Amino acid sequence: MIPEIGHFALIVALCISIVQALVPLIGTYRKDGAWMAVARPAAQGQFVFVAIAFGCLAWSFVGNDFSVLNVASNSNSSLPVQYRFAATWGSHEGSLLLWVLMLTVWMLAVTVFSRHLPREMLARILSVMALISVGFLLFLLFTSNPFERLLPAAPDGRDLNPLLQDPGMVIHPPMLYMGYVGFSVAFAFSVAALLGGKLDAAWARWSRPWTTVAWAFLTVGICLGSGWAYYVLGWGGWWFWDPVENASFMPWLVGTALVHSLAVTEKRGGFKIWTVLLAIIAFSLSLLGTFLVRSGVLTSVHAFATDPARGIFILAFLAIVVGSSLALFAWRAPKVGLGGTFNLVSREAALLTNNVLLMAAAAVVLLGTLYPLFLDALGLGKLSVGTPWFEIMFPICMAPAVFLMGIGPIMRWKEAQLPDLASRLKWAFGVALVTGLLVPVVMGKWTWLISLGLFLAAWIVAAGFVNLYEQVARLRASGGSLPGRMRTLPRGYWGMLVAHFGVGVFIVGVTMVKGYETEKDVRMNVGDTVLVGGYQFQLEGLTQVQGPNYEATRGRIRVSRNGSEVTVLQPEKRFYSVQQMPMTEAAISPGLTRDLYVSLGEPVGEGAWVVRLYHKPFVDWIWGGGFLMALGGVIAITDRRYRLARREQSQPAAAAATA
Amino acid sequence: MARYLIPLGVFIVLLGFLAVGLKLNPREVPSPLIDKPAPAFQLERLDQPNQVVKLEDLRGQVWLLNVWASWCVACMQEHPVLVEFSKSGVLPIYGLNYKDRRDDAKAWLAKNGNPYNVSIVDADGRVGIDYGVYGVPETFLIDKQGVIRFKQIGPVTPEVLQDKILPLARKLQG
Repeated sequence: MIPEIGHFALIVALCISIVQALVPLIGTYRKDGAWMAVARPAAQGQFVFVAIAFGCLAWSFVGNDFSVLNVASNSNSSLPVQYRFAATWGSHEGSLLLWVLMLTVWMLAVTVFSRHLPREMLARILSVMALISVGFLLFLLFTSNPFERLLPAAPDGRDLNPLLQDPGMVIHPPMLYMGYVGFSVAFAFSVAALLGGKLDAAWARWSRPWTTVAWAFLTVGICLGSGWAYYVLGWGGWWFWDPVENASFMPWLVGTALVHSLAVTEKRGGFKIWTVLLAIIAFSLSLLGTFLVRSGVLTSVHAFATDPARGIFILAFLAIVVGSSLALFAWRAPKVGLGGTFNLVSREAALLTNNVLLMAAAAVVLLGTLYPLFLDALGLGKLSVGTPWFEIMFPICMAPAVFLMGIGPIMRWKEAQLPDLASRLKWAFGVALVTGLLVPVVMGKWTWLISLGLFLAAWIVAAGFVNLYEQVARLRASGGSLPGRMRTLPRGYWGMLVAHFGVGVFIVGVTMVKGYETEKDVRMNVGDTVLVGGYQFQLEGLTQVQGPNYEATRGRIRVSRNGSEVTVLQPEKRFYSVQQMPMTEAAISPGLTRDLYVSLGEPVGEGAWVVRLYHKPFVDWIWGGGFLMALGGVIAITDRRYRLARREQSQPAAAAATA
Repeated sequence: MARYLIPLGVFIVLLGFLAVGLKLNPREVPSPLIDKPAPAFQLERLDQPNQVVKLEDLRGQVWLLNVWASWCVACMQEHPVLVEFSKSGVLPIYGLNYKDRRDDAKAWLAKNGNPYNVSIVDADGRVGIDYGVYGVPETFLIDKQGVIRFKQIGPVTPEVLQDKILPLARKLQG
């Protein structure tokens, strides 16, 4: 009965979404307030019914209802309850339902936080979002019904993929989807503005916080996914340039460009066409990511069961949504007109260059991801683009962008002077240069990539401090204490600083790990000691452990340095009985300046095991940097001008830099 | 203004590639077993543990080897297809009961119907390894000389049966 209620709720949600997609939009052309007013309650109703459907599916999972095919395929009665709940989005069908749920959550948020929008604008935005929702609900109901029954019921389920039985996996998909789907709001704002023919600073100010929030969620989602890969896959890697990872990374890159472009549109009225295009592309890449993951056109570790019918459906959907929005763009954009002019040396120019570099980086990722498909489609054979392509091309695009990140925020709008910039940044440049040269000397190994990475990281941070110092110094005239002066700086400014520091921290992590990590795969007997990265690892013993749905061999490895004990690590090799799948559970001792990472490989006879011992300096800075970027986004949206957003007239640009 | 059409143009080209890509299968690595002699086996019957079936016993006919298990959910999906097909008697179907418990397997057949001429028991999965089984169900079409001619990974659907297995089987039967 519960699954049928869920199924029915989805059908109701579909009906509501069709009404919501059509009635308000037609209302805007008929200039009929009553028709337009349908949008808000419809969006809220749609949320309620999708939430009911999601609740029903979760209920079936938690309650072990193995008469539901999806539950029988992805859960098991011995699976711990938190993973039974998370298994709700562990399958293709369930994760799509989560996608739609997120979409309706965003719609609900728009109805709550956008009361001040003109009614035509709100009606158009919600109609566009409902059109997307119609597509996904049709997709769910016709090709991927999560409530399909299995009669007679299975006695027990096939269990959740053990890789997904992890706390990180419980929150990674919701976060990632919040980000992915969140770009639909920016998309809907842009399409609505194109439909209405009004692209102005107010439009940019409205859509900016939405974009920032979605971007922050996506940042966190990607970080969690990367962290999960690091400690679950047992290889110590944190990014694999896998198609599915790339699928989430492309919208992030374009989203980052969009966040910056919106800043120019809001403050200077420029880049309007570019901003609209970025908003369309960011969401299009989210949809493309969905297509790549679901259709099976590319091989990936995230292998959801694939089905050509699903691929065709999403491709058609992609063609309609992206094709029509780009056609609308081509039709309306020429009438928008250009923003203010600016000099070749100005903050606008710096931001535009950064945007172009970010887009180039996204193009590199897109090309690398789809290259095997292009070759295969042209009959030129099957091959895959390896990590080397990405690791050469991506930094080439990003290094100049990161260098500009130091300069852009202290540049003046419209026109800046190079000699002036040089004298303001000379100390930051010196500090960065010394860091880039000195740290490799201290660490005892130099490559030019290590120096470049450390130089750029130090450059961003040092330039950020110069920027902050100048801002505070300028406020000195107004008097007040130092903390008081700092508090008068807008939150948007602080958000920018924190996010940029995050990039610096991230680069430190990547550079140090790539440059100085030590990895050893060794055969160890009980009692053996191995030296890795200055730490002694001793295998003290192996025990058998019984988990709720697995059996495991647990190693006990004592780690010491210069004779004093550092920690005891207990990696496990698990065997999940229902899925007949072995799993490597790495043991990690995290630290600010290093991770010690141990995982069990394979038994090699006579009680010996192959053990992987890694010393990874500064690896946690990678995710720390990512979370700082997201934190910057969160700080930025608490800026008071959004709380005062009810004021319709565009405010004079805030004194401080918020790029 | 033609330049505003550039994004749309790029997208259409991309769409074309994706549409073509949808027809291709990146995972389609031809099974090394196709057109190779089927690996030998000697296994007990499910219903009569004291009787052994050998690969040589099945020579001289075109037959299907279906790898199944009572714990396998996808098998439930293909099972009615096989039961229905077995009634036609076109091809004998032999079941390889893979990593299963004998009582569970028998109960499962009793409940869901038995399309198999004979099911043989591969309790520890050794024969499964020889046949390169990496997901249950899998189905092999084997000719009169004992050569594997076709392999289906995942459930057999009516389409696979009609479009792939049957035409090939008719040709092999001569």
